Amino acid sequence: MSGAINIVDLHKNFGPAEIIRGINLEITQGERHAIIGPNGAGKSTLFHLISGRYEPTSGSVALNGADISGLPPYEIFRKGLSRSFQVTNIFPRLSVYENVRCAVLWVADYKYSFWHRVENLDDVNEQTEKILEKIGLAARAFIPAGLLAYAEQRALEIGIAIAGGNDVVLLDEPTAGMSHSETEQAVELIRNVTEGKTLVMVEHDMGVIFNLADRISVLVYGEIIATDTPENIRNNAAVQEAYLGTEVSDD
Amino acid sequence: MSDLGTLRRAMNADTKRRERLYWISLAAVLAALPWVFSSSFAVSIMTQIGIASIFALSYNMLLGQGGMLSFGHAVYFGLGGFLAMHFMNYIEGGFPLPIPFLPLVGGVIGLLFGLIFGSFSTRRAGTVFAMISLGIAELIASSSLIFVKFFGGEEGITGNRTAGPNVLGINYGADIQVYYIAAFWTFVAMFAMFWFSRTPAGRMANAVRENPERAEFVGYSQRRVRMISFCTSGFFAGLAGGIFAIAYEIVTEETLGLNQSGSVLLMAYIGGIGFFIGPVFGAILLTLLRTVLSNFTDIWLLYLGLIFLATVLFAPAGLSGLLMMHGPAYKTRRLGMLVVPYVTMMIPILMITIGLTGILELAHFSGSTSADDRVMVLYGIPSNIDNVLPWATLIMLTIVGIFGVRRAKSGVLDAWARANAPAAPEQIKDDAQ
Repeated sequence: MSGAINIVDLHKNFGPAEIIRGINLEITQGERHAIIGPNGAGKSTLFHLISGRYEPTSGSVALNGADISGLPPYEIFRKGLSRSFQVTNIFPRLSVYENVRCAVLWVADYKYSFWHRVENLDDVNEQTEKILEKIGLAARAFIPAGLLAYAEQRALEIGIAIAGGNDVVLLDEPTAGMSHSETEQAVELIRNVTEGKTLVMVEHDMGVIFNLADRISVLVYGEIIATDTPENIRNNAAVQEAYLGTEVSDD
Repeated sequence: MSDLGTLRRAMNADTKRRERLYWISLAAVLAALPWVFSSSFAVSIMTQIGIASIFALSYNMLLGQGGMLSFGHAVYFGLGGFLAMHFMNYIEGGFPLPIPFLPLVGGVIGLLFGLIFGSFSTRRAGTVFAMISLGIAELIASSSLIFVKFFGGEEGITGNRTAGPNVLGINYGADIQVYYIAAFWTFVAMFAMFWFSRTPAGRMANAVRENPERAEFVGYSQRRVRMISFCTSGFFAGLAGGIFAIAYEIVTEETLGLNQSGSVLLMAYIGGIGFFIGPVFGAILLTLLRTVLSNFTDIWLLYLGLIFLATVLFAPAGLSGLLMMHGPAYKTRRLGMLVVPYVTMMIPILMITIGLTGILELAHFSGSTSADDRVMVLYGIPSNIDNVLPWATLIMLTIVGIFGVRRAKSGVLDAWARANAPAAPEQIKDDAQ
């Protein structure tokens, strides 16, 4: 059986700079997979390649067995992959409600309709409300998204990513810049909303990773040097040397 | 059902009740206006306002809703007008189309050219889109002088709206009949454009304006979303052009020229692009300036320019934005607090307006008059332009006005802060009862 995401010999160059240098990775259906690595390792670039923001230089990405490399983001979304962004990327002057609703419309099959009024679409609005309850923004639904506090915007970012109900979700540093307690809440939120889905996340916070991930891939200079369970990654000598460094040996 | 769902349903029911009231009032007002303003001049101005409203609203589908700044929207208006004119002549030759449906011909043409030009200009918004729109505007404007058979050269093409078959004795000759054709289409177009703004395509146009990249990551092609707005907008611009053809029975290259494209931008912006109804305010104001103010002064275009500048500098949300700002204070019944400071502010603003207008009019007069005609009647007062007194008075008035505005400003800001402060606890209890 093929995995949810299958990456084969993926390369990405920007001019002479090789950023992704031959990645092979299979992410199985329903697993929570974390990608870690030092700054500049190419984690976000890898996400952009999977989600269609960048086109691969060579190699391929398959989603549920179908090749998606080189497709535009909206095609990849329609095939069942959603993502969030490291830097909050919302619709700032639309209400929180509208932000989420925009992410529901396509999957609910209203597409480019110019004859349905959105207020009358009970299925869309109920799904929107369900998501808003889940991400804890129901009370803030009708204010412009740009006015939300930072942690709330991060929650909305996740909400937009999961609203369409896609089975494969990529989260790019969902807890970046959060305080300790906010991070704890975010972890609960992520665990809750990705129930039964395939989750791939880039994350720096080791607590979050060891708490959430089933498997971890370590990305260093555009290559994956190890993919394994958290326990094994913690004890992997190459990983310790390349990434975790002294932190682990101090323990 | 969740609390949020209950709240949403209540809000929707409330909005729908209000909308229904608005549409019924609009229909009633459109039907009744010619009885209130019955002179032929007034009826013709109201027809023009209808045409301008549809045109400006269609423009705002691009600028306000879709974030596309177009310098060539008159292309769709004008081409719709030209084709409608040709069809008017076909009707004279026996083509079976009742005159009131002629605007639809214009609409279809607007849509068609929207499809053609939109296919390559909607790839990006921003500067690229603006530049392409300007290029298309130039292209079509110069074509209108090259393809003389179709565009009629500098004279344009003319027609006769009364030449078709009469139905029930209506030959569409009278201004009032044209008015009702325009009013009917104004109502239909406003309703349809408002409806569009509330559909998935319309909401996603907003989303693409805000953040085209994220829209692609929720399943929407930014290009396709813009394309749909662009074509719909072209349709309604063409429809307005079709009504224009009926109303004037002449369409010239000016109808699709850059001036016309600039004018629709001004209407939308001065009226306010942030609210659906905004461009209608702009359409009313600009039509009145063009038709009424131009009877009093030759330099009305200069005033239009100043109004536009003042809007950009002091009220970037336009007339509708100024109005809507007062919503919260209206809801808490605190608008009354603002009356006195506003009047205090209006006095110096009026002084500046009178002063500046007077200076401009005197300057215009002295630049165009002969050596033996030195007296201009300004505000009913004979003023000799060689005397210092009228100039000095006007300059003093302006300067005093500017100081007055500065003095009054803090009062307005204070009152504004008080009127918009969060309601005191007792106030909330009062509201709940």
